Amino acid sequence: MPVAGSRSKTLFDKLWTAHEIVRREDGDCLLWVDRHYVHEGSFHAFNRLAERDAPVAEPGLTIGVADHYVPTRGSRRTIANPEIARMVRQLVDNTARHGIRLFGLDDPRQGIVHVVGPEQGLTLPGLLIVCGDSHTSTHGALGAFAFGIGASEVAHVLTTQTIWQRKPKRMRIAVEGTSGPGITAKDIALSIIARIGADGATGHAIEFAGTAIRALSIEGRLTLCNMSIEAGARCGMVAPDATTFAYLKGRPFAPQGAEFDRAVEDWAALVSDADAAFDTEVRIEAADIAPIVTWGTSPEDALPIDARVPDPAQEPDAARARYLREALDYMGIAPGKQLTDIAVDRVFIGSCTNSRIEDLRAAAAVLAGRVSKVPGLVSPGSSLVKRQAEEEGLDRIFRDAGLEWVESGCSMCVGINGDLIAPGERCASTTNRNFRGRQGPGARTHLMSPAMVAAAAVSGHLADVRPLIAGRKV
Amino acid sequence: MDKFTHLTATACPLPIENLNTDQILPARFLKWPRSQGLGRALLRDLRFSEDDREIADFPLNRPEWRAARILVGARNFGCGSSREAAVYALYDYGIRCVIAPSFGDIFAGNAVQNGLLAAVVSEDDAQAIAEALARTPSLPLTVDLERQTILCGNQVYDFAIDKVRRLRLLNGWDDLDLTRSYADTIAAFKARDRAARPWAQPVAQLPSSKE
Repeated sequence: MPVAGSRSKTLFDKLWTAHEIVRREDGDCLLWVDRHYVHEGSFHAFNRLAERDAPVAEPGLTIGVADHYVPTRGSRRTIANPEIARMVRQLVDNTARHGIRLFGLDDPRQGIVHVVGPEQGLTLPGLLIVCGDSHTSTHGALGAFAFGIGASEVAHVLTTQTIWQRKPKRMRIAVEGTSGPGITAKDIALSIIARIGADGATGHAIEFAGTAIRALSIEGRLTLCNMSIEAGARCGMVAPDATTFAYLKGRPFAPQGAEFDRAVEDWAALVSDADAAFDTEVRIEAADIAPIVTWGTSPEDALPIDARVPDPAQEPDAARARYLREALDYMGIAPGKQLTDIAVDRVFIGSCTNSRIEDLRAAAAVLAGRVSKVPGLVSPGSSLVKRQAEEEGLDRIFRDAGLEWVESGCSMCVGINGDLIAPGERCASTTNRNFRGRQGPGARTHLMSPAMVAAAAVSGHLADVRPLIAGRKV
Repeated sequence: MDKFTHLTATACPLPIENLNTDQILPARFLKWPRSQGLGRALLRDLRFSEDDREIADFPLNRPEWRAARILVGARNFGCGSSREAAVYALYDYGIRCVIAPSFGDIFAGNAVQNGLLAAVVSEDDAQAIAEALARTPSLPLTVDLERQTILCGNQVYDFAIDKVRRLRLLNGWDDLDLTRSYADTIAAFKARDRAARPWAQPVAQLPSSKE
């Protein structure tokens, strides 16, 4: 047992220690869970509880959000598709049965779970947060230890409010300096993944640090931590600071008044000690980051917008050449093609990665007074984000540009609510995964920031946003 | 949970990097209940064309590998979505072991919960095993979890697995039983923690209240 103060600790070490209930000799630890978010996909776990007639241990710490299957168009009160209606109803029934709060379709605060949690102040610094969704890493932006789990673990957390974990290694990714105009958290995230690979952080808890990270808004940090899983990380986090506390103050479920001040005192200690050791360190210069897009079928297949896609014929490694060939073939892109020569068929702005108010503002700043050359969908991250955007007149900019302004949900990021891209179609997308068929069988996805999606929309092809925002207020 | 101790079976090479859970089980099958069996949906869009015809040269469709119970994958197998149903699809198809140089973190956790062994080998060894299978498709592999070895022809390869996960697979332990044995410790932690971190409670407790 280490004596307190005898060893410097990272932020992650501190979060881990605060939640450790049991540490077995074999290294397995039982951790306390502060928040458990559930959604329509959590039905496997609820079914297991039903089989055993088991209660939920802490319904007050469990929060339901309808997002994965919810329609974004047409009536949301009576869902036309019976299978989708069943998925949403299962969540309503399961949460009602166990006395779990639900942000359902009739709630003005409904939205994507990873947008709603922070927005409502349910996600706080120092909390351990789990959800049966890999993008739970998002919540680390506020200084939480947050990670995605599978259905068996969801059932375990529902039953015990605890989870067994092995402590991952610690990785610090420092992004230093000032990034150029038009560079967003998404560009930082994709640059990191391109550099370390889609498994570059496997088995690690990432702490994002450095002056460029400190300069990010909470929205930007949420985007960055959201994408940690695309580098294979167990979780990603940013140490809470004045930006975090200002964001949380007055949020409905956050501590209020004197209790908030007391909490801030505790939260302020959630930083890595100056001489704390990390297992892996990565350093990136913010000034080197250009607007970035993916060209292939993994988020690691990302390049600056002024680059050409790879040419397998130039690749000496045979296995790598085959990987490139298969990715380009699926994407329908000729080897060596200039990225800006790739025409797109549609655009999508939404998902837990990039659908918050700041994302919508960034896209609208490019689209204002312009027309999209291709059809597209804009799905705000929550119904509250939607309302705010409408108050700011952003919906009009999207509509005037020819894009569809729809309700909030996971929508075209995962496509299970029926928002799909047709086979062979190419989409510039603010989402997180350009996997084969992710947005529908045969769909071709290019990941990028909201501003870059807007640039692709008004250009009709992948495009550098920087000339399009010169002289504009962004 | 089923135990895993050792297995001798047909093995199918699947040398696809970053083979994510969206490929292993496409999202449109996530609505299916487990009772329906998810084996048919395994790798659906890689195994079948858009008009639902089998793609003859996909490894798992080849006659010699159709009944494989072991897959030999590539780097970052099972990355992406946390969907445990991807493991159900593998299991329901008959797969009991996946050998690869690395696995998605959440996938590896889901695997052990369902008695599926995710065995980590070096890039070189994965390639050597896949090449041996390509030369002799009927060559069975013997995976021994006790000794952490893979017998491929007359070659023996070591594999890595987290020691706790290994024990869970070998014994078929259920997490819940283990956790229940710590009920008092959990209750004590909870009481202590509530006092130490009062801010960790969400402010509004009643599900029906509109704050």
